[in-house]
Amino acid sequence: MDALTRRRFLIASGVVGGGALAAGAGVLGFHELLRTAEKTRAGDVEGGLPTLVLVTLYGGNDGLNTVVPYADAAYHSARPELAYAPAQVLPLDQTLGLNPMLRGMRRLWDAKQLGIVLGVGYPKPDRSHFKSMDIWQTASPGTPAPTGWVGRWLDGISAATETAVSFEPALPPMLVGKSRIGVCVSYRGLTLPSGVSPDVVSALGQVEPGESEMQARAAASYADLITMNRAVMKSAGSGSDEQGHSGGEGVPATGTGGDNALSAQLALVARCVESQVPTRVYSVSLGGFDTHAGERVWQETLLRHLDDALSAFVDRMGRSAAGRRVTVVVYSEFGRRVRANASDGTDHGTAGPVFVLGHGVAGGFYGEQPSLTDLDDGDLKATTDFRDVFGTVLAHVLAGDPDRHLGGYRAHLLPLLSSR
Amino acid sequence: MTDDIVLLLRRAGFGPTAAEVGAARRLGYASTLSGLVAPAGPDVGATSAPVPNLGPDPFVLLPRATEAQQVVGSRRRTEQTVALARWWLDRMTVADHQAVEKLIFFWHGHWATSVAKVRSPQLMFGQLREFREARDFADLAHRMVLDRALVYWLDGQHNKKAAPNENLARELFELFMLGVGQYTERDIKEAGRALAGWRVILDREKLVSEPKDRDTGRKTILGATANFDANGLVDLLLQHPTCRRFIASRLWFRYASSTQPIPERTREAMAAEFPAPMAMLRVLFGDEAFQATRGTMVQQPVEWLVGAMRHLGLRPAAMPEQVFSRIYWAMEALGQRPFAPPSVGGWPAGAAWLTSAAAQVRLTIAGILVDLVRPGPLTPEAVAHLLCVDRWTDRTYAVLRDARNDRLKLMLGLVSPEYLVT
Repeated sequence: MDALTRRRFLIASGVVGGGALAAGAGVLGFHELLRTAEKTRAGDVEGGLPTLVLVTLYGGNDGLNTVVPYADAAYHSARPELAYAPAQVLPLDQTLGLNPMLRGMRRLWDAKQLGIVLGVGYPKPDRSHFKSMDIWQTASPGTPAPTGWVGRWLDGISAATETAVSFEPALPPMLVGKSRIGVCVSYRGLTLPSGVSPDVVSALGQVEPGESEMQARAAASYADLITMNRAVMKSAGSGSDEQGHSGGEGVPATGTGGDNALSAQLALVARCVESQVPTRVYSVSLGGFDTHAGERVWQETLLRHLDDALSAFVDRMGRSAAGRRVTVVVYSEFGRRVRANASDGTDHGTAGPVFVLGHGVAGGFYGEQPSLTDLDDGDLKATTDFRDVFGTVLAHVLAGDPDRHLGGYRAHLLPLLSSR
Repeated sequence: MTDDIVLLLRRAGFGPTAAEVGAARRLGYASTLSGLVAPAGPDVGATSAPVPNLGPDPFVLLPRATEAQQVVGSRRRTEQTVALARWWLDRMTVADHQAVEKLIFFWHGHWATSVAKVRSPQLMFGQLREFREARDFADLAHRMVLDRALVYWLDGQHNKKAAPNENLARELFELFMLGVGQYTERDIKEAGRALAGWRVILDREKLVSEPKDRDTGRKTILGATANFDANGLVDLLLQHPTCRRFIASRLWFRYASSTQPIPERTREAMAAEFPAPMAMLRVLFGDEAFQATRGTMVQQPVEWLVGAMRHLGLRPAAMPEQVFSRIYWAMEALGQRPFAPPSVGGWPAGAAWLTSAAAQVRLTIAGILVDLVRPGPLTPEAVAHLLCVDRWTDRTYAVLRDARNDRLKLMLGLVSPEYLVT
C-alpha cells in the first residue's frame, strides 16, 4: 500500500474524520517531544516506564512465507513456485522455519528475545485491506468503531499529549481516542535542493525572541528537520550490527519509500527511548506487502529491510535500561491465500504470525500453526484472536485493563512477557 | 496603518504583488476592501486561463471495463485530474479578482470532497463550477445537497428508504451547516430519510431520482414536522439561527484565526449579512478583531504555492508538463493536493502544516520554482520587497545576507517563517 492508498485508508476507515485533526491537534515537533523527557527526570522514574513499539506491515504480509511450514507437503504442493525448500529456511523447530531473509530474527530467536504467535486473526475475516486494517487498529471485528484500541487506553488514563507517538507519515486510527489522540511526528528524510546546505536550514530554524508563536513553530520545523536527520544518520552509521546484515543497505527504493523507511522511523524511536521521553506507545510502519504478482523477490526485499531494521533496533535497545523495557509487536492486516495465483503471487488471505520482540520477551512459539488442509474456503483458520495479543501488551506492558479497551472482548492473556 | 493593507491583501487573496500593494496603499483601506469583495467589471486576468475541456470520463465509454481497460481508464482519470488542478491553480495565480478565487478555494475546503473516492474528475469539476456559480450560501447549500460529487463522496447513492445511510445527513448538520452539538441523533435519522433516493450515474449531468427509494413520509427534524425532501431539509437548516453563526465562525477560522475563537460581536455582525459570503467577509476584514490576528495564520500549502508563483511571475500553464507534475505530487506530500482533502473535515490548519516533513517538501518545491526564474542581484531588502514581507527577523536577515547566490536568497525567502505566517 503506497502513501496515497494509506491516506485513502484513513479516509475510508472514517476514524480520522471530523474536526479533531483539522484544528491541528495531533502534531508535535521533534524538539518538543524530546523536551518532554524533562518530565521523566522530574518524576524520577528509574530506567523509564515499559514502552510498546507497534510495527504495522501494510498490504497483507504473506505469513506462510515468513514463518514457513517447511516440513508440510501441503505447503509445497499449494504453491510450488513460491515455496521455500527445506534447505533454504532458517529452521526454528522440526516443522517451522524463518524466511531466509530473517537472519537477524533468527539470532534473536536463539537469544530468546523473539516470541512468535502463530495463526493470528479474527472471526469472519474480511479481505479488504481497508476494512481488515480498520479491524486490527480499532480491535473491533463485529462493528465499525470510531476509536482505536490504543486511543481508548489513552482516554482511560487521560493521557498526556506525548503518551502515544506515530513516526508514520500520517496518524494511524489505532492512536485515535474519543478525548485523547496520539501525535504524529512525521519525517521524510532530508533531501535538499542543490546549493542548500544543512547549516543554512539549521540557521533558518533558530527561533528569535519576540516572534509570534506560529512563526517560531515554522522556524523550529526547519531545525527539527536537521536534528531528526542527525539522529537517523547517526543510527545508520553505527547500525551495522555484529551478526546481522549491515544497517543501511537493503532499504527498498519503493514501497513506503526509503525516505520514511522503517529503519529511519525506528532510529527516531531509539533516540526518544534513550532520551527517556515519557512516550509509552510508538507506532511505525512498513508498506508494500500487497504481493499479488512476482511475490518472492518483492517480499524478500521487504523482509530483509524489516529484519535489518528490527534486529538493529532490538540490539540497540539492549544497551540501555530504558531500552530493555521496550516490547515490539509486528503485525499485518491479514496473511495471504495458501495457494499461489497464476502470477507467482498470492491474493488476500486470513491469519498470519505476529512477532513480539524485546529483552523482556519470553521467546518461543505461542498458539498453534493453522492446518494447511483443513481450510476455510482456501484460507487458513485463525487459531489465536489478535485481541489476545493486544490484550496481553495492554495488560503487561501498558498496565491497562484489556477488558475495558477491547470492545467487550475478554482477552486470553499470553505469557509473552517474562520480566514484568 | 499602511501595513494593515498588506494583511488584508494576503488574507483575502493569494499573495499580493508589490505593484498591487502599491496600488492599494494609494487607494486606502476602505476602497481596497470594497474592490476586493465587490470587484467591478469582468476579471481580465482570468481570461488568460480559459476553462479546460477535460473530455469525457473514460469510464462513461466503458460501462463494463475489462481489467486492462480499467488500468488505462484510471490512468486517464489521473491525467484529467492533474490537468484540472493545473488549470485551477493557474486561474488562482492569474485572476485579478483574488478574493473571489480565494472564496472558491474556501468552499472547496468547506464542502470537502475528495477525488480519491469520487474518482471521476468530471464530477469534481462539476462541483467546482457550483462553487463559482452559486449566488450565496443558501443557493450553494441547495446545489450541494444534490451535487453528484458530494452525494457520491458521502454514500448518498446508498441511501434508500428500505436501507437508510445517514452519512450525508450527518455531515450536513455537523460540518456543513450547523456545527457539532446542535441536533440530536433522531434529527439525523429523520434527515437521512429526507435525502434518500438519489443516484449518481456517470453519464448523466444531474443526480438521478429513484422514486421507489424515496421516502415521502412525514419527518420530524429539529422540532418541525413535514414531508421534508432534500431542498426542504436545506431550507429548514438555513433558517436555523445557528447556521449563519456557524458559517461566520468557519470564515473566521480560515481568514482570521484557526486558534482564537471568533469574538461574539464580530460573529453577530457577520451573521447579519448571511447568506452573502462577500458581505460577511467585508464585515470581517473591517473589524478590529481581524487586525489583531496578525502573525497567527499559517498559509495553507495551496495559498503558499500560488502566492509564490504570483511573486515570481510564474504560472502553471506556462510550465513544462513534467515540472508541473513534480509540483503537483509534491503538494500531495505537503498534504494539500487540490481536489483531495484528507477527510470530509477538510484541510488541516495552523501548526499542522508546520511539520518537519512539510519543511522538507517546501524546500523542494521552492527549489523547483526558483529554477524557473532568473533573479537579478538581490539584497535581503529586495527579497522582502518582492515577496511583500514587511520585516525580516535578524535571523532570516542574516541567512539571506550570507546566502551564496541570488537563487538561494529567493528560495530561502520563500520558505522563511516570515513568508509562511501572515
